Amino acid sequence: MTRRLNALVALLLATPASAETIAIVDARLMTMTGAGEIGRGTIVIRDGKVAALGTDAPVPADARVIDGRGGVVTPGLIQVDSTLGAVEVSQVPTSADRATHSRTISAGFDISQGLNPDSILLPVSRLAGITHAVTTPLYDDRGGRSLQFAGQAAVIDLAQRPQMVTRPRAAMVLEMGEGGAERAGGARGAAIVELRATLADVRHFAAHRAAYDRGEGRPQALSRVDLDALIPVADGRMPLIVKVDRASDIVEMIALAREERLRIILDGAEEGWRVADKISAAKIPVILDPLADLPRSFSQLGATMENAARLHAAGVIVILKTGSGVAHRARELRYGAGNAVAWGLPHDAAVAAITINPARVFGVADRIGSLEVGRAADLVLWNGDPLEPLSQPQAVFVEGIEKPLTARPLELRDRYMSPSP
Amino acid sequence: MRHAALVLVAATALAGCAASERRPSAPAADAAPTIDRDAYPSTYHAPAVERIALVGATVLTATGEEIVNGTVLIEGGKIAAVGTALAVPSGYRTVDARGKWVTPGVIDAHSHLGAWAQPESVEAHNDVNEMTDPNTAQVWIEHSIWPQDPGFDAAREAGVTTMMILPGSGNLFGGRTVTLKNVPSVTIQGMKFPGAPQGLKIACGENPKRVYGGRGRSPATRMGNVAGYRKAWIDAQDYARRWDKWEKGGRSGEAPKRDLQLETLAGVLKGEILVQNHCYRADEMANMIDISREFGFRIRAFHHANEAYKVAPLLAKEDICVATWASWWGYKMEVFDAIEENAALVHAAGGCAIIHSDDPIVIQRLNQEAAAALSAAWRAGIRISKADAIRWFTANPAKALGIADRVGTLQPGKNADVVLWSHDPFSIYARAEKVWIDGGIVFDRADAGYRRHSDFLIGQPGETR
Repeated sequence: MTRRLNALVALLLATPASAETIAIVDARLMTMTGAGEIGRGTIVIRDGKVAALGTDAPVPADARVIDGRGGVVTPGLIQVDSTLGAVEVSQVPTSADRATHSRTISAGFDISQGLNPDSILLPVSRLAGITHAVTTPLYDDRGGRSLQFAGQAAVIDLAQRPQMVTRPRAAMVLEMGEGGAERAGGARGAAIVELRATLADVRHFAAHRAAYDRGEGRPQALSRVDLDALIPVADGRMPLIVKVDRASDIVEMIALAREERLRIILDGAEEGWRVADKISAAKIPVILDPLADLPRSFSQLGATMENAARLHAAGVIVILKTGSGVAHRARELRYGAGNAVAWGLPHDAAVAAITINPARVFGVADRIGSLEVGRAADLVLWNGDPLEPLSQPQAVFVEGIEKPLTARPLELRDRYMSPSP
Repeated sequence: MRHAALVLVAATALAGCAASERRPSAPAADAAPTIDRDAYPSTYHAPAVERIALVGATVLTATGEEIVNGTVLIEGGKIAAVGTALAVPSGYRTVDARGKWVTPGVIDAHSHLGAWAQPESVEAHNDVNEMTDPNTAQVWIEHSIWPQDPGFDAAREAGVTTMMILPGSGNLFGGRTVTLKNVPSVTIQGMKFPGAPQGLKIACGENPKRVYGGRGRSPATRMGNVAGYRKAWIDAQDYARRWDKWEKGGRSGEAPKRDLQLETLAGVLKGEILVQNHCYRADEMANMIDISREFGFRIRAFHHANEAYKVAPLLAKEDICVATWASWWGYKMEVFDAIEENAALVHAAGGCAIIHSDDPIVIQRLNQEAAAALSAAWRAGIRISKADAIRWFTANPAKALGIADRVGTLQPGKNADVVLWSHDPFSIYARAEKVWIDGGIVFDRADAGYRRHSDFLIGQPGETR
């Protein structure tokens, strides 16, 4: 029975919600591929996928035509380092599943399990052109919890369908620098040693699983769940998001990643521009908040609005985010990208930094992040420059599903704009 | 005449005396106490001024006008004239502003700069909440402010010329606010906006009840909040009465003892101190208005006020400003119903809408936050022009702070607080290029010497110059 039900669900999911053929015509297409930008182009959506695009792409006779005149089509935006799907009201703990203060689970915490596709934050974020997010665990250090990892991030979609996980366990989250030092007893060096010791433990565990299963393994500081979760990190298969800001911390992490053969993604990296050449040479992507220009801690003294532009110029793959861990303010993502442009990042690089770059880094570029024939129809039609506040989405497609341009706040607005008698 | 004034200023500068020219007379030992209404006086002096003509810009005056190919004349630290293609009199330095935009200086009605200074992760820098009692009306935020906060520089580089610094919202009565000119200064006195009224920060809702309820004391509920306010105002009325009686009695006999907490509240009852009320929910704003009626004071502005749209006509009728964001919501229950159109709906009801920051990052882009609010208005079909929306971060906060007679608009006679923007200020790409306060240049993007004044960043990694 259950199996039949599952099969049915799988069939339903495989079928696009709309078999309608749609053509958006006369819009500027920012493809985020080698084709670059297509002025006054047409993009055809069929069976939930991009069927054709180009200046001369023919409009099928049966297509519903959306006039994109004066507008811009971009891939759906991707908000990284977000807690979308894992929180409703930040200060209501029972509405939030974005962190654990368990003393026995850290790396094992898999945020992709326990997400809420009915979250009212999803349509709010879609109204800002966001179609996917990298939902990323936060730390909760209540009660002196000192476990090193926050847990595992997942790529999700914002279509509000029961299965919302595009890619589970897409990365492991680790804070080093000040936060890591505090958890390791108060010193950066201790956190690094702890990390190396953990990796050694994980590798030993992975090589002696049978012995552990017989109860013969050597003593381990971490729970079995955590050890299991860290194997792909230690193997270099799962990227490790490392939250650091200070230039010296970044340099330490680059060295550690090289020696331990880890795939790392720097997150924060406010002083990244000071060591841009090293980051670039190590081919490490960087997630950064383009608005972070204040010395908010002693690790961020070099913070500058030009961080994104300088890292990009040095050849680093840049991903832009808004405030770390803040799901409610996801809708400001495009404004952050606009500010990065105002401070020197090329416009197309800024759009790439919120579409194709995160798609590539988190392993979902085969589905989303660009406008390409065969990719999911995951895109937004804007009535102007997508990075300008005065522009608004005119149509939003999440993996082939067109979503209504409404959300609870707009319903509240409408209730009070025309009060009932 | 102007010559004489200049000489006087020069003489003061030569003497190295930045003190106020007001000379308090030493009180005789047996004299009755006199309450100094201007204790800790401003020592601000306008920066060196010249005669400037900004020519060719699109000018948003914040009086409802958008002037194409506008000229703004600045003389003696004041706006001398604003108009289309005005002739530039001789003796003016011309700034080519063609293709650019000019607005009044940005005013933030709600900031904690200096009181919770950078690096803000350092607990030693957190002086914003005297969270030791639900009523700390006796504290003045100006005594917490560190003028070396690098946040002031970042705000100035974004066109912020004036801001009100408030104590935090952990208490029912947080303390007195201060309004500052955003000029580099070693002392807080050197930043104080001369003659600006002080405010009293009060907070309703979740914060006070959480802080004190969490300690097992009142207020632990919203009804506890209201009881706490009422008790305080009853005490304040009694205190004001005792002083009035003594004053009217020819100041004879024993004077009442000064009580700093009650002195603040009595100052509100006299209308000298303006109430700045942190309050999110519509029902709570209505309760606060009832309390103000019961005790005979006025609320100048509701801050945050994310549900103002639900009672917009009431707030317009009461002439209470609403200082809010476009984007912030959802961090606690009392902002669950926040909408991006809040400011627009207040504006459309004829009220006084303000976009504020409450944040050292947002203060650097109040224009962008206003653009998001304006965009939401247009999406809703509410026609508000840029010429009107500019008031949300210039003229309207000036009104809430009680300084609208001096700043907030580009009108002849107003202080020359002016921003030259690279683009339309409602564009994400707009950056402040030059900023003047009282006719003196305080920021010029073309001159690295104007960047990052804070002593804290000297000799540190990064870019101090």
